Amino acid sequence: MPAVLFYILSAVMLAAALLVVLQTHPVYSVVFAIISFVSLAGLFLILGAEFIAAAQIIVYTGAIMVLFLFVIMLLNLRREDIEERGVSLMKTAGSIGTLVLLGLLGGVLAGKISLGPQGPFSQEVIRQAGNTQAVGRALFTDFLFPFEATSVLIFVALVGVVILAKKKL
Amino acid sequence: MVPLSHYLIVSAALFAIGVAGVLVRRNAIIIFLSIEIMLNAVNLTFVAFSRYLDSLNGQIIVFFVMTVAAAEAAVGLAIIVSVYRNRESVDVDRVNLLKG
Repeated sequence: MPAVLFYILSAVMLAAALLVVLQTHPVYSVVFAIISFVSLAGLFLILGAEFIAAAQIIVYTGAIMVLFLFVIMLLNLRREDIEERGVSLMKTAGSIGTLVLLGLLGGVLAGKISLGPQGPFSQEVIRQAGNTQAVGRALFTDFLFPFEATSVLIFVALVGVVILAKKKL
Repeated sequence: MVPLSHYLIVSAALFAIGVAGVLVRRNAIIIFLSIEIMLNAVNLTFVAFSRYLDSLNGQIIVFFVMTVAAAEAAVGLAIIVSVYRNRESVDVDRVNLLKG
């Protein structure tokens, strides 16, 4: 059953991501991005990462995408801003480059993937306490310094956004 | 259980779609969305490896990638707002003062 779900969610995610790129209007792009990110949260659930799936929905679809929508609303784009002038050279070059990249990635993946050593967190170990508790324990012991440094990053971003977006300081 | 390579192929395709968005589109907002798609593709790889290697480190890294993505989106959108205020456009081809 999870296998079927995996293929359905992947197809939805990839189709929505493709539509993000193909839509002309930014609002539609954002809506398709939300669909894509929610399907990705489903994939995280299949992989047994419940905490990350919840964070994906809260942070990406709840915060970042709403921020995008707010900015689109603030900008009040005119129709001629939205419609892109035909830069056919750019488009062909970009499409060829993407196909080459996809081929390269496929070539790398077709080779043998050598996995590193197995860690201690097998599904049985995680199931004893739950994924969130295991992640939280790792976050506040082994990764305490990066976790605290994140708060500095967020603060710097906050101050930077206010300075950038304010008309006059 | 789905083999690991399928997850990697899906995330490679997602990453390529993100790259295509950055290369083909000229609207700054959609370029930013494409960057988010690329970050999500990498997140999927991290979580898949974390599951198949029985390690939680991948999920922790994804948590940090999400915070960085949130900060990056906020700063980038603020830059777009101020560029729009100065140039009346979000077309990245018209922001070309630093172009050689």
